[in-house]
Amino acid sequence: MKTSTLAKASLISISRNKMRSFLTMLGVVIGVLSVILLTSIGNGLTVFVEQQFQNLGSNLLIVTPGEIVNEEGQFSGDQAALSFATSKLTEDDSKALELAGFPITLAVPLTGNNGEARTPEGKRSGMVVGTTPGYSEARNTKAQKGRFLNESDLAGNRKVVVIGSKIAEKLFPSSNPVGQLMTINGRRFEVIGVAEAKAAGSFGGPDIDSFMYVPITTAKIAFGIDKVMEIMVQSASKDQLDRTKTLIQTTLAKRLDEKDFAITDQSEILKTIQTILSTLTAGLAGIAAISLVVGGIGIMNIMLVAVSERTKEIGLRKALGATPNNIMIQFLIESAVISTVGGLIGIILGVLGTIAIKPFFPATPAINSILLAFAVSLGTGIVFGVYPARKAAALSPIEALRYE
Amino acid sequence: MSTQKNKSNKPVIRVTNISKVYELGEEKLQVLDNVSVTIERGELVAIVGPSGSGKSTLMHIMGLLDRQSSGTVELEGQDVQDMNEVQLAKLRNQYIGFVFQQFNLLARTSTLENVLLPTLYSDHLVDKTQKAIQILSDIGMGDRLKNYPNQLSGGQQQRVAIARALVNDPAVIFADEPTGNLDSKSGHEVVEILKKLNYEGRTIVIVTHDLELAEIAGRIIKIFDGKIISDTRKK
Repeated sequence: MKTSTLAKASLISISRNKMRSFLTMLGVVIGVLSVILLTSIGNGLTVFVEQQFQNLGSNLLIVTPGEIVNEEGQFSGDQAALSFATSKLTEDDSKALELAGFPITLAVPLTGNNGEARTPEGKRSGMVVGTTPGYSEARNTKAQKGRFLNESDLAGNRKVVVIGSKIAEKLFPSSNPVGQLMTINGRRFEVIGVAEAKAAGSFGGPDIDSFMYVPITTAKIAFGIDKVMEIMVQSASKDQLDRTKTLIQTTLAKRLDEKDFAITDQSEILKTIQTILSTLTAGLAGIAAISLVVGGIGIMNIMLVAVSERTKEIGLRKALGATPNNIMIQFLIESAVISTVGGLIGIILGVLGTIAIKPFFPATPAINSILLAFAVSLGTGIVFGVYPARKAAALSPIEALRYE
Repeated sequence: MSTQKNKSNKPVIRVTNISKVYELGEEKLQVLDNVSVTIERGELVAIVGPSGSGKSTLMHIMGLLDRQSSGTVELEGQDVQDMNEVQLAKLRNQYIGFVFQQFNLLARTSTLENVLLPTLYSDHLVDKTQKAIQILSDIGMGDRLKNYPNQLSGGQQQRVAIARALVNDPAVIFADEPTGNLDSKSGHEVVEILKKLNYEGRTIVIVTHDLELAEIAGRIIKIFDGKIISDTRKK
């Protein structure tokens, strides 16, 4: 007696009950589908956040005015708002940092206020960022049209602006914005460039594509903004981050009170967020796993029905020489095949679903979760198939034959 | 058609002093009471008796489908008393063919596949497709190989069941009311087939009410209340 012939018997019985087999599979399909979709979403979020951090520029340390984290070491919005409002950081601090030399390669000050941009063709609100030409390098932001701010814009307090792509779309829907005029909070600015799109902001982050970059000197004069919100300090390399941090510390300590500035390392924030996201992903997968278990119970149910429905057939097979093991293996193969096929369909739908939601939500299928979901669905079929299969195997041939 | 299992000179089946008692809670129901029967090679035996007389139970015990409460059962001289489920299944597969009143064909399964079903459970996996087709042709079912049971008449279904009982070349065929679900014409055809098989040397045991069927038997065993009341051979 070869297993392959038993497998054939199982397959025949599955194909003879197409509708029932399909409905049984559905439970597993949905379970696997949700495991894959949810882990893909969790996974996608993680990848998305990592990319966002990379977009913001690597090797960066951020100097903020005072603590933006609370005593427990967590980011605190209230704390941050208070710090920004009472900022003692200045443009000169930034210059001092840049002059401190290796391993600091760049220090870029930022001021910020909300502004409304207008042209006769449209208007849009966004953050007006007062900064220096170094921003382009530190934040990895290039001009896709025109140019970014330069030193003479800064020195001449020129009323020029580099606009984000969304501002460009809204205010200059049909023409090249470079060289044209627009107003920010009623003041006229000349557009000198359009920053390349960063596609951020859809998840609660700053809407970078609605930023308007003006020289920090101009921002001070035009809008009266002199509080530096942060200074981005670029380190020569990732390995030098610790030395850079120390250098910032000693340089600023000479100019400011200890409590008036704080240094944040992006990689630490990234690590925290990654931890949160992987916990979230695991949680989502756990919820999805419940539906897989429900699918497994569905298999058990149907197989139990199949056993009692086919009691006579089992009796006949036993009378013709099937051993209890033959019967058990036949039923086990049946449930394993149902769950495996269900698992495969679930994987295909899961991957297709991931592709389908990708335009709206960052989702990346994780090969691990696909393999795991497959293994679990196969395991589910076997585990939940054992009880009905044993029940079938234990039937006495004569009682089974008499069963009506 | 004769194979090694048909050449032994031991009786095909010998049951000695068997009893079967069912315990239904407090009550005991004695279905067979100290029955001894020997089935010799080549016999066509009819076991007759009213419902509840124990004739089916006797057949089930002789066919290794059920176990006796006491006494011994020998198949081709082997005592099956201490055999486990697996060993009994193998013996049934190799030595015994069954024909049931209800035909018991697998639904949505072709004639040929139904006939080949016992070979699925054989230790020696020989392709018996040609043999199955031959057997089916011999009993007039050669043109129905691909049909499903629901496309066949009762008589045809029973013929498929007989072919299934023959495919592993058993030492004995047990037929439990083989004509009980058939009209008289189909019943007659089935009787003719069993007669022919016996003529060719098959050992056949029939449990029946059907007098025509009992008529063809060379030996009639009458059972009443779990006891054999007569066992007569024709000259």
